[in-house]
Amino acid sequence: MADTLANLPKDIHGAYEVQSTFLIDVATFLKKTLGYTLLLDITAIDYLGLPDAPKRFALVYIFRNPTLSAPIILKLWTQGMAPSLCPLYHSADWAEREVWDQYGIAFEGHPNLRRILNHHQFKGHPLRKDYPITKGQWCETADDLMDQMHARLAHHRLTTSKELTFLNLGPAHPATHGTIRTLVALHGETIRAAVCEIGYLHRGFEKSCENHTYNQIIPYTDRLNYCSALLNNIAFAHTVEGMLGITLPERGEYLRVILGELSRIIDHLVCLAAGLVDMGALTNYWYLYNPREKVYTLLSKLTGARLTNSFMRIGGMAHDAYEGFEADVEACLREIEAGVSDTLGLVAHNRIFHDRTQNVGVICAEDALSYGLTGPNLRASGVAYDLRSIAPYSLYKRFDFEIPVGSVGDVYDRTMVRFEEITQSISIVRQALKQLPKGPVSVEDRAVSLPQKQEVYTTIEGANGELGFFIHSDGSGTPRKVKVRPPCFPAMAALPHLIEGGMIADAILSLGSLNIIAGELDR
Amino acid sequence: MAVGAEAIFGESVITTRLDTAINWARESSMWPYVFGTACCAIEFMSAASSQYDLSRFGAEVVRFSPRQADLMVVAGTITYKQAPVLKRIYDQTCEPKWVISMGACACSGGFYDNYTTLQGIDAVIPVDVYVAGCPRAPKPSWMV
Repeated sequence: MADTLANLPKDIHGAYEVQSTFLIDVATFLKKTLGYTLLLDITAIDYLGLPDAPKRFALVYIFRNPTLSAPIILKLWTQGMAPSLCPLYHSADWAEREVWDQYGIAFEGHPNLRRILNHHQFKGHPLRKDYPITKGQWCETADDLMDQMHARLAHHRLTTSKELTFLNLGPAHPATHGTIRTLVALHGETIRAAVCEIGYLHRGFEKSCENHTYNQIIPYTDRLNYCSALLNNIAFAHTVEGMLGITLPERGEYLRVILGELSRIIDHLVCLAAGLVDMGALTNYWYLYNPREKVYTLLSKLTGARLTNSFMRIGGMAHDAYEGFEADVEACLREIEAGVSDTLGLVAHNRIFHDRTQNVGVICAEDALSYGLTGPNLRASGVAYDLRSIAPYSLYKRFDFEIPVGSVGDVYDRTMVRFEEITQSISIVRQALKQLPKGPVSVEDRAVSLPQKQEVYTTIEGANGELGFFIHSDGSGTPRKVKVRPPCFPAMAALPHLIEGGMIADAILSLGSLNIIAGELDR
Repeated sequence: MAVGAEAIFGESVITTRLDTAINWARESSMWPYVFGTACCAIEFMSAASSQYDLSRFGAEVVRFSPRQADLMVVAGTITYKQAPVLKRIYDQTCEPKWVISMGACACSGGFYDNYTTLQGIDAVIPVDVYVAGCPRAPKPSWMV
């Protein structure tokens, strides 16, 4: 078995081509022997109309070993069926449901193969090339989810007794921080079973990418994780620049690091502010929001927009920073430090905070990896996996920073990891400001040709975790397929694991601590 | 020149119709129900924060139950999947009720002209005020 991978043919893009009958064996070998414990994403490509494809679809599986820098990609050609990887990786559950929903590829052995992003009355598979993009379909009623609930109760060996009450948390609910729905089966206040439903903010990002040019896609990427819009711009632009084989001038890269880390800080500030409000600690919301306003003013001065900046371009950014930018950034950092310090002063040694967050919503490292968690959620469970240090991109090798890691994987750890990451990001920004050179910010060559035909997966450390873009280019000005690997998608799939057995109040905190942003979750 | 009670008591009394008085009370204390789905909801959170301060309009009591609110602010994209939920929440809101469609997506679908997005919430519920923007920044918003 040791030479299993070596025996597999590799296609021109670097992916190992695997046959459907051997998929489970190869995946087991990757997980158990080679340590690729993270199944990051499963997606599909529709080759309809392209001449060289052996079959209509190809499934793409992206695996990662948290200690190695490069992922492994497996490719499986199929006409419409494939075996399910659910028994091996929990993250396969929702990833395969999405492929079924969008492409109509069925997975044998999947316990719950049904739509996840589109509504239950939708007919057809929208990401297929023969589905017209503007063909909307009305949904008359919300799905009651009871069939999934019965299956979940059966999984927990709980019969539907009169003692169980069913309650919908969402999709219009203040504490869900977005349009997310969780149906819970309650015994008193304790949650016995939970079923999540997403897709209420599915806005067709991936299909929209297929008829827009690369630069036209930048505004769409802003609205993925709208709390840290610049990081999404950077991730997408970085992927396409890799396809074109271009690198930015130094000043451009430094500005990307500064703006990226500022975005990471403001994303964490929203998560922390909202999480603390959920516990009743309202004052911290203002303490953490006021520095955000200062950063918004800075971003508005620089890019023209407060929230969805659309500032990055393929090959650089829209324009250079203004005179006095460095001083403004330093002023923002001081306000952020003051806000965080005031908040920690109220919260860090607070008995109520400890009681509400410690040992609540616990997920151990092994389960976290199986569910596909990355970013602060995974680091809180004790796995020191941060792309900025394992696979440094841009200029991260030049900066000195630490990776905060938790030990238990509870709400307390997820919260404190984010506080500490804010401090680390502030340090990175200060180092970058000191080293910031003069010069151009974008690539000098204005007439760069189009990306070649290729399939690439490139990733950065987003605020929530590994934010990756898988782009399939057919050599034209618009990509043929863009898949976002959203870090909160697997986190949401792990939510029932976190909340079952706890009370409703704990579920609200667990959900808040995962930082689920619906724009990124549903795309 | 004043007549009746206003002549007797001077400036300490004004007389008006009951409807006008009630409407004045209502407009000065609109309790919003934020049907926030996407980026505009984050901007609404900023509008409610100390810098822009929604409580200047008596509207800081953001009620998360439609039954306790009079103003529904639809902040964010509404998809076909969300449409029945939106309609149901609107129906649950008690009269008198108003709707603000905040942001480009709620007004007309924004730039999501595709198979998922409702091209304007007025296909499902009646809208009183359309506020454009992507996302709508708090300062100009609340001047409306």
